[in-house]
Amino acid sequence: MDGEVIMSYLPLYGEAALLTVKLGVIGIVFAIIVGLFCSMIQYYKVPVVRRIVSVYIEISRNTPLLVQLFFIFYGLPRLGIPTDAETCGIAGLAFLGGSYMAEAFRSGLESVDKIQTESAYSLGMNRLQTMRYVILPQAMSVSIPAFVANVIFLLKETSVFSAISLMDLMFTAKDLMGMDHNTVECLFLLVSFYLLILLPISIVGTVVERRMRRAGFGN
Amino acid sequence: MSDELLKIDNLVKSFDGNTILDGVSLSVKKSEVVVIIGPSGCGKSTLLRCINALEPIQSGSITLDGEVIERNSKTLPALRQRIGMVFQSYDLFPHLSVLDNIVLAPCKVQKRNRDEAKQEAMALLERVGLSEKAKSYPRELSGGQKQRVAIVRALCMHPEILLFDEVTAALDPEMVREVLDVMLDLAKQGRTMLIVTHEMQFARAIADRIIFLDNGKIVEEAKPDEFFDNPKTERAKQFLNMFEFDSVKARDGLDK
Repeated sequence: MDGEVIMSYLPLYGEAALLTVKLGVIGIVFAIIVGLFCSMIQYYKVPVVRRIVSVYIEISRNTPLLVQLFFIFYGLPRLGIPTDAETCGIAGLAFLGGSYMAEAFRSGLESVDKIQTESAYSLGMNRLQTMRYVILPQAMSVSIPAFVANVIFLLKETSVFSAISLMDLMFTAKDLMGMDHNTVECLFLLVSFYLLILLPISIVGTVVERRMRRAGFGN
Repeated sequence: MSDELLKIDNLVKSFDGNTILDGVSLSVKKSEVVVIIGPSGCGKSTLLRCINALEPIQSGSITLDGEVIERNSKTLPALRQRIGMVFQSYDLFPHLSVLDNIVLAPCKVQKRNRDEAKQEAMALLERVGLSEKAKSYPRELSGGQKQRVAIVRALCMHPEILLFDEVTAALDPEMVREVLDVMLDLAKQGRTMLIVTHEMQFARAIADRIIFLDNGKIVEEAKPDEFFDNPKTERAKQFLNMFEFDSVKARDGLDK
C-alpha cells in the first residue's frame, strides 16, 4: 500500500464522505417523519388511510433501494417533475427508511399497555397529551434498538447512490480505481471511511440501549 | 334532588351480543360513599369504566352535575378531570418518578404552577405515609404503595367524585389494609366515592349505601347494616353466604 497515494486521495474521500453523511442524515430525518406518521396511523387504526399505509410499507420493504431510486430518478422527469440526483437520493432513502422506521415505532407503541392510555384519559388528558407525555416516551425506549439498527442500515444503503451518479464514497472509489488502478488503496480508504461514519453510531447506540435497560424500561 | 352529583339513567351496555349492563339506574349524592358489590362478571367494573367513558354504551345516559358524559365529545377531557379513577392493575406511568406521576396532569392538563402542584403532591404523599418515596420510580414500590400513589395522583386533580375499581384485588393480603385505610380517611373527609370491592367488612364500614349487582342488573340496594344482616333477595343471600364458613369440626362432631 502506498502512503502517498492514500494521502493524495484523502481530500476526495473526505468530500465524498461529507456527501454520504449529508444525504444520509437528511434522508433519515425524512424517514423518521414518514415512519412516525405511518406508525400513528396504524396505532390509531385510522380508516382507509391505514390501508394505504400498509400497501406503502409492503412495497417499500419488498423492493430494493436501487429499483426505488431508478423509479424516482428516471420516472419522475417523465411525469414532468424535475429532479436532481441529490433530491432523488434523499427521497429514495426516505421512501425505503419510512417503512422500516414505521415498523420500529409501531412495535414500540404496541408494547405500551392499554391501561396506560386509560389512566392518562381518566386524568383528563386528551389524545395528544396522552401520546406525548405517556405513550411515546415508553414506546421510544422499546423502539431504540430497532431504530439504531435502521439508521445504520440506511447509511449503508446510501452506497447505491453512485448508480444515479452521486459522488458519494462508493462512486469516488470506483472512479479512482478506474482512473489510477490503485485498487488496494482505494478499497482500504472506502472501508475505512464507512467504518469511520458507522462505528461511532453503533457504539452510541449500544450505550443508549444499555442505559435504557438499566433504567428498567421495557419490562 | 339538586345534590345528586352523578346520575346514571337506564344504562345499557353490551359487547359482542352479550348484555353486560341491563338498564342500570343509580345516583350518587355529594359526600356519599356508595359501594357496589356482586359476583365476578356481573358488570361492576364495566359500570365504572362507562362512567369515565372508557367503554362505549348502547343506551341510557350518565351525567355529572347535569353534564352528559359522552364518548368522543369535546367536553369529555374536561369532565374526566372532575372524576378521579383508580384501577385494579397498577397504572402508574413507569417512566416517571412518583412525584412526576402525580404532577403531570395538574401541570399539563390544568396548567397549574409546577411548584404549587409539587407542594400539594408532597402534602398528599405525607398524608398517605409516602413522602420519602417522592423521587422513587414505580418499579421500586410495593403493590400497596403503588395504589396509594395512584390515589394521590387522582386526588391532586381535585376531582368531585372518586371511582375505585377493585383497587385491592391484585394486592398481597398484608398490603390491602394500608390502601383501605387511605380510603377510609377519604370517606371521613366527606369525599364522594363510588367503590367496587370484594372486601365485605370494608364495604360495611365505609358505605353509606350498598348496591348489589348481578347479571347486569341492580338486584338490591340498601344501607350496609340492613344489607349484610338482612338481605332481602335470595340472590344476595346466596352471594353473602360465600363469605361464611361453618366450622367443620363442630358440625360433624369429628373432634375428640
